[in-house]
Amino acid sequence: MNIRLILNLLTLMTGGLVITITSIFIGKQAYFWLPPQAAAESHLIDDLFSFLVTVGAFIFLAVTSTVLYSVTFHRAKNYDMSDGPHIEGNITLEVVWTAIPIMLVLWIAAYSYQVYEQMGIQGPSHLLHLHNPISIQTADAQEKETPAETVSEPLEKIDVLAKQWAWVFHYPEKGITSTELHLPSDRRVRLALQSEDVLHGFYIPAFRLKQDIVPGKTIDFEFTPIRPGKYSLTDSQYSGTYFATMQANVIVETPEEYHEWLEKAVSHIPTPAKNQAASEYAQTSNQSIKTGWETVKPAAPPVVNFSG
Amino acid sequence: MTNISLEITGESHHHEPPTHWKTYFTFSTDHKVIGIQYLVTSFIFFLVGGIFAMILRGELITPESDLIDRTVYNGMFTMHGTVMLFLWTFPSLVGLANYLVPIMIGARDMAFPRLNAVAFWMVPVVGILLMSSFFVPGGPAQAGWWAYPPVSLQNPTGHLINGQVLWLLAVAISGVSSIMGAVNFVTTIVKMRAPGMGFFRMPLFVWAVFSAQIIQLFGLPALTAGAVMLLFDLTVGTAFFDPSKGGNPVMFQHYFWFYSHPAVYVIILPIFGIFSEIFPVYSRKPLFGYKVVAISSILIAAVSAIVWVHHMYVSGTPGWMRLLFMVTTMFVSVPTGIKVFAWVATIWGGKIKLTTPMMFALGGLIMFVFAGITGIMLSSVPVDVHVNNTYFVVGHFHYVLYGTVTMGMYAAIYHWFPKMTGRMFNEGWGQIHFWLAFIGTNLNFLPMHPLGLQGMLRRVASYAPEYTFWNVLASLGAFLLGMSTLPFIFNILISWLQGEKAPDNPWRAIGLEWLISSPPPVENFEEIPIVISAPYGYGKSEPLTANLENHATLIEAE
Repeated sequence: MNIRLILNLLTLMTGGLVITITSIFIGKQAYFWLPPQAAAESHLIDDLFSFLVTVGAFIFLAVTSTVLYSVTFHRAKNYDMSDGPHIEGNITLEVVWTAIPIMLVLWIAAYSYQVYEQMGIQGPSHLLHLHNPISIQTADAQEKETPAETVSEPLEKIDVLAKQWAWVFHYPEKGITSTELHLPSDRRVRLALQSEDVLHGFYIPAFRLKQDIVPGKTIDFEFTPIRPGKYSLTDSQYSGTYFATMQANVIVETPEEYHEWLEKAVSHIPTPAKNQAASEYAQTSNQSIKTGWETVKPAAPPVVNFSG
Repeated sequence: MTNISLEITGESHHHEPPTHWKTYFTFSTDHKVIGIQYLVTSFIFFLVGGIFAMILRGELITPESDLIDRTVYNGMFTMHGTVMLFLWTFPSLVGLANYLVPIMIGARDMAFPRLNAVAFWMVPVVGILLMSSFFVPGGPAQAGWWAYPPVSLQNPTGHLINGQVLWLLAVAISGVSSIMGAVNFVTTIVKMRAPGMGFFRMPLFVWAVFSAQIIQLFGLPALTAGAVMLLFDLTVGTAFFDPSKGGNPVMFQHYFWFYSHPAVYVIILPIFGIFSEIFPVYSRKPLFGYKVVAISSILIAAVSAIVWVHHMYVSGTPGWMRLLFMVTTMFVSVPTGIKVFAWVATIWGGKIKLTTPMMFALGGLIMFVFAGITGIMLSSVPVDVHVNNTYFVVGHFHYVLYGTVTMGMYAAIYHWFPKMTGRMFNEGWGQIHFWLAFIGTNLNFLPMHPLGLQGMLRRVASYAPEYTFWNVLASLGAFLLGMSTLPFIFNILISWLQGEKAPDNPWRAIGLEWLISSPPPVENFEEIPIVISAPYGYGKSEPLTANLENHATLIEAE
């Protein structure tokens, strides 16, 4: 082995080490790019995301630094008209760089699969019967197996109705209707999602959870809020003119506070809730000169016991 | 021998390239005229789509909806997406392929020249239909370029002729035009290659176009059928997708994405082809792993048929389907990764010249790697559940469609400009264009990733104040990107009119298109070339053809 080769190897190893350390550092930063972790599922997703950022940063840095190295040190001199070495390929190298992505893909897929199963955001499946201790979940299922991380207390069941452009939450056991979604912390909650008109999407960024709501279908959706606080629920599936206004507050509170709220809300007399889409619509139709094009009329403001 | 034949070409009036600009407004059947027609038309629509984008980013510079009405905003993003896809990326790449493929395979024209012209003239029709929808009551379609029912079925004006109907007609016509193009390309590549040009002697751009057009053949009928069914639902009251009458709106999503995800590969594959043509020339090395790169194009086309459900992970799709499509989607990264490694190995140890086309190709490559990494994140079901329909997705696909496709398109236009026009472009203006575009792209689309991770949704006209910072950056990037087209337009127009005369092969590149005069004569070759070696023979003094002037002698002559 000559000295040049050893030096080259050392450079390569140092470069690799620097890139590895930088990637691990960037991967750790990934947690700070995300909203607070307010549901049990968000921890799983964030860990997976951080892992993907680490792997991604490594690949990105490795490719770009190689390209930048070439561009910096392999430039043709002015008036150098000659060609580079005639290298057409290298079977070993090509096999290696085909095998590495395949392994990486399998690894990422397996990890993602595992996380998805642990999330268990929906009821169990009738469609697939794998000989697997944890079954795969589907949207249409009716029954429910309690995943390992939930507490034994019965599930909270809440009906969620989406319409152009308002969210309405119904607590069937108490007979409460609200435009603010109250949830107890550390309890598995189960929602029944329904849409009155078009596709909507149930999305709480702090929970990292999202589910489209298809009109004519009831979709079960479940998760475990863990961090008391106020979060926002948005419509994630484009639903027409006032799409951006279709938001609601989500209040996660301790089970005691939650029950207090239920008791308080049930005593309220139902009144029409404030609704941004409806008020914007009323405003524009009062204008003498209409600037906008015609739009679908917002649904009537929901009549609720509690409006946030 | 060759010199004589080329001289004859020059003398013969019949074989002269178009000398008058009016030629480009005729029903010409010359694939090169049609190619330029496509390129210029699509670039005009690129500017239109860009203006829409800047209006959108103008609205999003503040959290409130205060610049334009919500209805106008919704119409703008719908038209921005539609114009950029159906009137910029598809037609511009088809135009480039139209110009290059017959020459690169040593043919005199496309297999069906008149079909080719008809396919092109449908593009302006699509454009006029879409633009006219601004003048119908209620304005243009407002359901987004996905046109998901039931939103796309809501017709508040009550008129039969409305923006959505015109939109659906335009999409259906565009689909028919592209199917015509696909039939033509596949036939041309299979049937009209010059003697000696086996499949493994085809340039990689031809391989890429071939793979992309095969996707068009199996995918487009699904989209076109979906559009027609939606049109029936909207106009004559059928109920394919209308849930209030028992239809299934999710079924539309299957029709739509069965084509519209593979469509991404229809767009990106020719760009991979362009990269594969450009890196060897400006690195003076053969393309590393030619055969594997060629096969990887076909593999991408094949896998593309089974990835569409990754757009529907959260639309009520059962768990087993989410997981199945996660694996197939991730698998796309394998043939794509092969290409990226091959390009890096091509550049490695070369004699690199950082010309404008090379800069655009390198910038495009780096941004593509970034897009590929966020793409893997999106294919992972749990991560996608969080970022689906947020700005993270918008950032990702703009890195693909602007960072890679538009940058690659610019690389191609600069690279083949001397061939197409017979004139050289101004290198200094080209470099200014590159840096404005590169900085603009990153400033515009990088901030979308943190926004999406924080939960900002796509298609919103107003947003929570905490998202303001990144939105201001993105908007500034968008305006910079708009400005970046100015040096390009200036450079191209001035150079086309009075640039320095280009030699036949200004880059000393290997390929059949560089063996004929610039601009090429009508019917390209007086004598059909006989190909005797593989493409990309850099560093090896070996002729490419047996009868035309060969590469080795060309270099010595200079």
